[in-house]
Amino acid sequence: MQNPIILTAAAALSMATPAIAETPVLTVLTYDSFTSEWGPGPAVEAAFEETCGCDLQFVGAGDGAALLARLQLEGPSTQADVVLGLDTNLTAAARETGLFAPHGVTADLALPIAWDDADFLPFDWGYFAFVGNKGAEAPTSLRALADSDIKIVIQDPRSSTPGLGLLMWVQAGYGDAAPALWADLADNIITVTPGWSEAYGLFLEGEADAVLSYTTSPAYHLIAEEDDSKVAWAFDEGHYMQVEVAGKVAGTDQPELAAAFMEFMVSDAFQSIIPTTNWMYPAVAPVEGLPKGFDVLITPNKALLLSSDEALAVRPAALEAWRTALSQ
Amino acid sequence: MAHSPVAINPRWPGGIVAGLVLALMLGTLCAVAVRAEFQTGLAVADWAAIRFTVAQAFVSAALSCLLAIPVARALARRQFRGRSAIITLLGAPFLLPVIVAVLGLIMVFGRNGVLNNALGYFGLQEVSIYGFHGVVLAHVFFNMPLVTRLILQGWLSVPSERFRLAASLGAPIGRLIEWPMLRGVLPPAFLVVFLICLTSFAVALTLGGGPKATTVELAIYQALRFDFDLGRAALLALIQFGICAIAALFAWGITGPELTGAGLDRAVQRWDGGVKRDALIIGLAAMFLLLPLGMIVLRGLAGMFSLPPEVWQAAVRSVIVALCSAMLCTLLALALALRAGRLVAITGVLPLAASSLVVGTGLFLLVYPFVSPAKLALPITVLVNAVLALPFVLRSIGPAVAKIEADFGRLGASLGMTQWTWLRLIVLPRLRAPIGFGAGLAAALSMGDLGVIALFAGDAQETLPLAMYRLMGAYKTEAASGAALLLLTLSFALFWICDRGGPADADT
Amino acid sequence: MLTLEALTVRQDDFQLTATLRIGVGVTAVMGPSGAGKSTFLNAIAGFVANVGVIKLDGDRIDALPPAKRPVSMIFQDNNLFPHLTICENVGLGLRLNRKLNDVERQVVSAVLGRVGMAGYEDRKPAALSGGQQSRAALARTLLAGQPIVLLDEPFAALGPGLKHEMLDLTSAVLTEDRGCTVLMVTHDPNDAKRIADQVVWVGDGIVAPPVATADFFGNPPEGLRDYLGKMG
Repeated sequence: MQNPIILTAAAALSMATPAIAETPVLTVLTYDSFTSEWGPGPAVEAAFEETCGCDLQFVGAGDGAALLARLQLEGPSTQADVVLGLDTNLTAAARETGLFAPHGVTADLALPIAWDDADFLPFDWGYFAFVGNKGAEAPTSLRALADSDIKIVIQDPRSSTPGLGLLMWVQAGYGDAAPALWADLADNIITVTPGWSEAYGLFLEGEADAVLSYTTSPAYHLIAEEDDSKVAWAFDEGHYMQVEVAGKVAGTDQPELAAAFMEFMVSDAFQSIIPTTNWMYPAVAPVEGLPKGFDVLITPNKALLLSSDEALAVRPAALEAWRTALSQ
Repeated sequence: MAHSPVAINPRWPGGIVAGLVLALMLGTLCAVAVRAEFQTGLAVADWAAIRFTVAQAFVSAALSCLLAIPVARALARRQFRGRSAIITLLGAPFLLPVIVAVLGLIMVFGRNGVLNNALGYFGLQEVSIYGFHGVVLAHVFFNMPLVTRLILQGWLSVPSERFRLAASLGAPIGRLIEWPMLRGVLPPAFLVVFLICLTSFAVALTLGGGPKATTVELAIYQALRFDFDLGRAALLALIQFGICAIAALFAWGITGPELTGAGLDRAVQRWDGGVKRDALIIGLAAMFLLLPLGMIVLRGLAGMFSLPPEVWQAAVRSVIVALCSAMLCTLLALALALRAGRLVAITGVLPLAASSLVVGTGLFLLVYPFVSPAKLALPITVLVNAVLALPFVLRSIGPAVAKIEADFGRLGASLGMTQWTWLRLIVLPRLRAPIGFGAGLAAALSMGDLGVIALFAGDAQETLPLAMYRLMGAYKTEAASGAALLLLTLSFALFWICDRGGPADADT
Repeated sequence: MLTLEALTVRQDDFQLTATLRIGVGVTAVMGPSGAGKSTFLNAIAGFVANVGVIKLDGDRIDALPPAKRPVSMIFQDNNLFPHLTICENVGLGLRLNRKLNDVERQVVSAVLGRVGMAGYEDRKPAALSGGQQSRAALARTLLAGQPIVLLDEPFAALGPGLKHEMLDLTSAVLTEDRGCTVLMVTHDPNDAKRIADQVVWVGDGIVAPPVATADFFGNPPEGLRDYLGKMG
C-alpha cells in the first residue's frame, strides 16, 4: 500500500489537472446525504458509469435548499451539468434563475399527483413526518406537538428541503394561523440544523425526542438495522408531500451526457436503488416492487401539497413568520 | 535625554502595508455599504440577531472575567509541580481550532455527553449545549484561560513587598492590593474578550442553531449561502461593522493581548487563602480545559487512520494555506513593526474589530462580478487570515523591533549600515524568537479558521476545518473525531515547529 | 581639525549652540546632567537634527547621513550585537558582513591582540566581562579607522581600576597610534585629568571653546565649581 499522505499531497497539488483527460466528466450537484457512502450516490454512480462511458462525479453542497443558492452563487460559470435534489417548493424559484433547460424525458411516473413540468423531472417522493421513539409520547397533530413538552430538532427552511417542507406543511395546514402555531412550536425546538443529516444525527445521538424527517424513515431502521424502535407520527391535519426533482443545467458542456443521465434517472436501474438508500418512494414503480418493510409504514390520511407557484408566493411571508416566531 | 530620529529601519514597506490593510478593511466596507439594501429594513429576526450577538458577547466576556479571577488568584499564590504545565495549558485554547473545541465540548456537555450522563445518574436536570448556553460555554472555554493569564500577569507585577506589608499589617489584601490591580487589568481584558465574541462565527455556526441563537455573523453567512441575498448580506455586514466599531472605540488603545506568557513561572508568596480551595479551583479549571481535549484524542484515535482521502487532501490544503498565511502575516507585521508610529498603531488594532465575515462579504461582492468566488477561495482565505492575525503577531514582533532600534539603532548607523544590511545582519537574526512565535500563532490560527472559507469554498477548496464541519453535519462522528484529532495535531505542530524554529540559535 | 560654526540643536524648549575648533587628541566634554553633553555628540554624529556647519579639515560633513560621516561612536552600553561573535562584531568595523575571509580574520585578530583580547574571537558578548566588551568595542573603532571618535561615557559602568586601564588604552590606540580626534563625555574630573589634552564645558545652552586641561581645572568655570561642589 502506498503512503496515503503522499498520494493525497500529490492529488491536492494537482487539483487543476483532471486525472484522466480523455473520459468526459458529468458533474451532478446534489445534497450531502445523497452522496454519502450509505446514500444512493455510490450505487447510482457505478450503475451509470457501466453504460455512459463517462466519469460521474457527485458534488455535495449541503442540503437541498442550499443547492439553489450555490447555483446562483456560481451562476452560468457553474461546473454542474445536472442539479439533483430540489423539490416542488423550489422549482418555481429555480426556473426564475433561467439556469435550467427542459429535460425532454417522458416517463411512466408513479406519483400520487400529475406531473407536467418540462424543466424538472422527479426521481423520488415521500411525506414529511416527525420520527420519534416507539413507546414514547406521540402527538397526533402539529397543534398537539406545539402544545406538548416534546423536544424536537428541525431543519432550516433556507438551506434544507425538509425544513422548507415543514414551513409549507404548517402553511397548508393552518393558513393564517401559521404564525401562531410557530409561536407555540418554538419552545419545542431544541435546535435548527442547516441540513437533514445533522438533525437526524442529533436525534439518533439522543439529543432530541423527535426529528423532522419522512414517513419512510423508519424503513431504514427496520431494513438496514432490523430495529423497529423508530416510528413516524401520523398527524390528523395530513402530511405535506415532497417530490424530489432533478434539472439539466442550460449551460452544460456535456448536454448529451446530461440528457442520458436524466433518462437513466427514471430507469429501473436508478429507481430500484432509491428505496433502500434514499429511503423514499421511487418516482417510477420498480419492477420488483417496494422492498419488504415499506408495507408497514404509515400512510397519511390526507396529502398536502402547494403548487410550486403557490410555494414561491407564500415563501417570503412564511419564512419571515418562522424567523420571527423562532427568534423570540 | 532626547532620543534620536535614526532612520535606520526602512519605513516605506510599513507604509505600503498599512495602506493595503486599510484599503482592504475600508474597501470591503465600501463594497458592502454600496450593495446594502436599506429599503426592506431590519426584520424582527434581524433585531433578535443583533440582541443575541451583543448579549452573548457581554455574558461571555463577563463570565470569562469572573471565572478567571479565582483561577488566576489560586495560580498566583500557589507553587506546585505541574503549575507551569497548567499555565501552558491556559495558552492552548487560543491556538485550538474552534470547531475542534466545539466537538470536544459536545462530547462533554452534549445531551449524551459525560456531564449529562453524570447528571442523569444523579437524577438531575440535563443541560443543553445548543443555543445561548452553548455559545456562551464555548466562548468561556476559549476566553477564560486568556483572561486568567492576563490577570496572572497583573498579579505577578505587584511587588511582593506589598503582600508582605499587607500580611504584617493584617490588612485586607483584597481591598488594598487585589482590587486596584483588577480594576486596571479587567476592563481591557473584558473589552478584548467582548470583541472576540462579537466576531465569533464558527461557534454560532455549530452551536447556535435556529433564529433564536443566530449571531449577525451567522446571519450574514445564511443570507449569502442559503438565500443568496447579496443585499441583505451586505446590510447585515454593515450592521456587524457598526457594532464592532462601537466596541472598538471603547477598546481604543488596547493592542492585542500579550500571549507569550513570559515571566509567569513564579508564584507570589502570600499568607492568605485556603490551600484546599485553591487546589479545587485549579483542578476544576484544568478539568474544564482538559476534558474536551481528552475526549477528542480518545475518540479521534480510532477514526484518524481510516479517514477518507478527501479529508487528507483537505488537510494538505489547510497546511499550505496556513503556511502561506503565516508567511504573509509575518511579513506584514514586520513591515509595520519597522515603521511604528500612529498609522501602524491604528492598522494593528483595526483587524481586531474586523470580522472575517464582513471582510469576506465585501471581497465576495468585489470579485463575484468577475470570477467565480470558489476559484479564489484559498488565496482569499490566506489573505484574510493573515490580516486578522496581524494584531497578535504585531504584538509579538513590534516591541522587539522597537527595542532593537532603541538599543542598537545608533550603533548600526554609526557603523554605516544601510537599511538592508541592518535588516539582514541585525534585525532579522535578533527577531528569530518573536518571529517564530508570531508565525506559529498565525499558522495555527489560519489552520483552524472556519470563517471566510465557509463563505467562498466549493468542494475543491475544502479546508480541514470545513471538511470536519461537513463530516459533523453528515453525522459521521468517528470520521469527524478523527479529523478533529488531525486538525488539533496539525495546529499545535505548526505552532510548535515555528516557535521552536525561531530561537534555535538565537543568543540574547 | 574639527570645526563647528553656530552648530545649533533645538529640541522642544531646549537649545544648544556650539562654535569651536577641536584638534587631534583627546578632548573631554563636561557639564551638569541634562546640559546636553550627549546631544552635542549626537549632533556631530548626525543622530539629532541640527543647523549650522560641521567641517572636518575644511570639508563640510553636516549634510551627510550618520552612516557617511567620518565618525565612530562608542556608547555607554549596547556596543556589541549579542547574536554575533566578537570576531563578527569587530569585523563590522572592516566590512558590513558576517562572513569574513581569512585575511580579514587575521586583521581582526591582530586588532583584538592590540586591545588585549587575543583568543576571544569566537566568544559571544554575553560570555565577556564589561571591561572585555569595552575592549572589543574599541577594537572595532580602531578597525573602522574614522578620524573622529566620540565616546559617550563608555567606561562609566567599570570599576576604577578597570576604568583607568581602559582610558590609558583608549588614549594609546586612538591618539598615539592613529592620531584621531577624540571627544569623550565624562562626569569624572579624574578621567579628564588622566587622558584629556583639553576640556570643553557644556552649560546654559552653550558649548564653550576648549581650554587646556590644566588651565581648566586650575581656573574652573563657575558651573564646574557648582557641579563639583554638588558632587561633594
